[in-house]
Amino acid sequence: MVNKNKTVLFGLYDDETDLIRAIRKAKAAHIEIDEVYTPFPVHGLDPELDLEESRLHIAGFIYGSMGTLTAFLFMSWVFTRDWPIIFGGKPYWSVPAFIPITFELTVLFAAIGMVVTFYTICGMGPGADNPILHDRITDDKFCIAFDVEGGSQDHHGPDHHPVDIDKLKDFFKTTGATEVQTKVI
Amino acid sequence: MSAPISNIREPLITGSKTYHQITEDLIGPTEKVPGFAWIAGVMTSLALLAFGGVAIFWTIWYGIGSWDLNRTIGWGWDITNFVWWIGIGHAGTLISAILLLFRQKWRMGVNRSAEAMTIFAVMCAALFPGIHMGRIWMAMFIFPYPNTRGPLWVNFNSPLLWDVFAISTYFTVSLLFWYTGLVPDFATVRDRAKGFRKKIYSFLAFGWTGKAKHWQRWESLSLILAGIATPLVLSVHTIVSFDFATSVIPGWHTTIFPPYFVAGAIFSGFAMVLTLMLIVRKVLKIEDYITIGHIESMNKVILCTGSIVGVAYLTELFIAWYSGYVYEQFAFYNRALGPYWWSYFGMMSCNVITPQFFWIKKIRRSVAWTFVLSIVVNIGMWFERFVIIATTLARDYLPSSWSYYVPTWVEVGIYVGTFGLFFTLFLLFLRVAPVVAAAEIKSILKTAGDQYTGPNAKHHAHHDDHGHDHEKTHELTSDSNSFLDSSANVATAPEVDTVRKTDIQKETTSYQKIEDDPKTSITKDVDTNLDPDDPNFKSSFVAGAAGVGAGAGLTSLGTHEDDLKKVEGIGPAVEKVLKEGGVKNWKTLAAANPEQLKELLVGAGGTFKTMDPTTWPVQAQMADEGRWTELEKWQDELDGGKIS
Repeated sequence: MVNKNKTVLFGLYDDETDLIRAIRKAKAAHIEIDEVYTPFPVHGLDPELDLEESRLHIAGFIYGSMGTLTAFLFMSWVFTRDWPIIFGGKPYWSVPAFIPITFELTVLFAAIGMVVTFYTICGMGPGADNPILHDRITDDKFCIAFDVEGGSQDHHGPDHHPVDIDKLKDFFKTTGATEVQTKVI
Repeated sequence: MSAPISNIREPLITGSKTYHQITEDLIGPTEKVPGFAWIAGVMTSLALLAFGGVAIFWTIWYGIGSWDLNRTIGWGWDITNFVWWIGIGHAGTLISAILLLFRQKWRMGVNRSAEAMTIFAVMCAALFPGIHMGRIWMAMFIFPYPNTRGPLWVNFNSPLLWDVFAISTYFTVSLLFWYTGLVPDFATVRDRAKGFRKKIYSFLAFGWTGKAKHWQRWESLSLILAGIATPLVLSVHTIVSFDFATSVIPGWHTTIFPPYFVAGAIFSGFAMVLTLMLIVRKVLKIEDYITIGHIESMNKVILCTGSIVGVAYLTELFIAWYSGYVYEQFAFYNRALGPYWWSYFGMMSCNVITPQFFWIKKIRRSVAWTFVLSIVVNIGMWFERFVIIATTLARDYLPSSWSYYVPTWVEVGIYVGTFGLFFTLFLLFLRVAPVVAAAEIKSILKTAGDQYTGPNAKHHAHHDDHGHDHEKTHELTSDSNSFLDSSANVATAPEVDTVRKTDIQKETTSYQKIEDDPKTSITKDVDTNLDPDDPNFKSSFVAGAAGVGAGAGLTSLGTHEDDLKKVEGIGPAVEKVLKEGGVKNWKTLAAANPEQLKELLVGAGGTFKTMDPTTWPVQAQMADEGRWTELEKWQDELDGGKIS
């Protein structure tokens, strides 16, 4: 989720290789990067930003298992407890015939659950109004943003040093950013 | 960076695109005022849809009797059309899911529109069982919900109910998959739009910003959705085939049905994708993204699945004879030589014979041939369903009930109406959404763009359409920590850069010619001083550059030189020894075994004797494949290049 009302200084790069090189320099200089925005998934970016692997697949497994249980237990209950009917001389609890629906509901639950989880944890949804730093980020520019607001120091704990804006601007200049802006989001 | 792509493969994006150009090309069509052709298309589609609406209304008003279904033929055009549309709906998920798992990058040119096609085809398909049931106002009876009739549940043991679950799940999952892929592109449209359009696309884009973490989750989500959609797409047509295979009708109750239906579905689905995309790429001028290579790949899938279907038809015939079961034998005799012989003939010639033309490369790469054959395949697949359904039912166990069935205008009208629905939705889709997944295309530009790979490749791995290239290259070389340091070996990079821009222009104009002549890619000159990050680098040995003589039984792979010092444990002095020994590049080093290297070092005498080259080939392999992050991580653990 985006913290409202923070000031960010961001720079735009023309190419993902410039971006990754700049991230490395920022790390070497112990500058804390607030966020990185790219127009497409840049492979090799996650380890640079020390992003942990997404745990969405674990959620997907749990949702899928819920689907499996829901379908199988419900059909079993209907045909053995609630309203047992003999179809074609088969046993009431005819497990093989339950498999297709069990499979379909596993997939359905996993897919819906994961998609809902994805949008929720990303703070997205129909009509969501997240701040946009620059119109070209979804086009062809690669963006690094630094949090430069003094007040937000509290979020970062005791290790946080006061922000030196000139130093950050200098950083963008030396790493080849083509545009640098400050924005309150 | 991105996974390496074979240099033998042709580029997937032509015209030396930049990221911004991709945006312009793919987002642009949504921003223009629709032309006359589009409006005419929508009007025609709506007219067809209206006719279908009348036919549906007629059916509901007068009942199913208006279709002239009779005593034995209870399933006519309706279920034929249902199975046909569902089959067409299979290509979208196949392209987006199965090809994603197989890392087939050409899918990115067509996945968006194929998925849209899937969704619209499934909507058309779902219409038929709905109205076929007769009392459509009781359609909710097919779902198991607590009701006041007992509660009386649906029959969970019936394939018809499995169909309900399979198709509704398939529709939902396809829709979610498609929309999740669309969100980043809607965000691009939003950021370019103004006024009211911006409001609409802001809503549709769900607040996408492009954060690194969001992209990571997005990719994770896409991969898992692909993983679960793959068995799903196979299950859907399997279950549709169970509608027939679990019955007791000769000609239907065969175990071959599931695989043969799935193959047939992929077959017809790809044919429909081709029919549509051949028109769309021309009208929207996106031939640079849906290239002849894409068309050829899809034609190969058609050839493969068409052959599977052909084998299945012959197997059915053989098994009918071999089983010695007279009813089965009669069913097949009747199909081929009975009153519906013409539909069997149509099926065999359209599905089995004509797709075999795709063995010829010229035909596979010909737009005109592909267009005609793709329509032929769709006709053939419609015949297949008709053969299975109508001919089988027309001659059942009881000769006194034998009959012949011809659809009424009402039944034909509903079929025509589904075309209207399909094309209306598809044409709307073309206007409001980017027809090719723009963000995904950008992510493969540097591995599959024609300026980076293939016969016209000129660019190096770092992007340099803007100014100060020279400084940049030098800056890179001086920055020893940079993962791009590999480009330190660009022997004459500045010169290359200055001529590049004019080259690109030449390339674009000459590309068409080169594409027509595949030999060009083989006979082209091999540059021996290539950047190892450049995909062309590999071609220097793929294209047959002879290995130079090497000492100690080493095989030299290519003649270009790499910075061997990237390998921890190798310093300038050792590098010299190795290069003199024939190990000029990472590739050669990776292929060498440590004993051979040891031999070289011992031969050099002095302090070299004591060195331990065990990890060098592995490190070199990582360097050669561009796995810099992994290499660096490993080098942190190593002690002077040795396992500590």
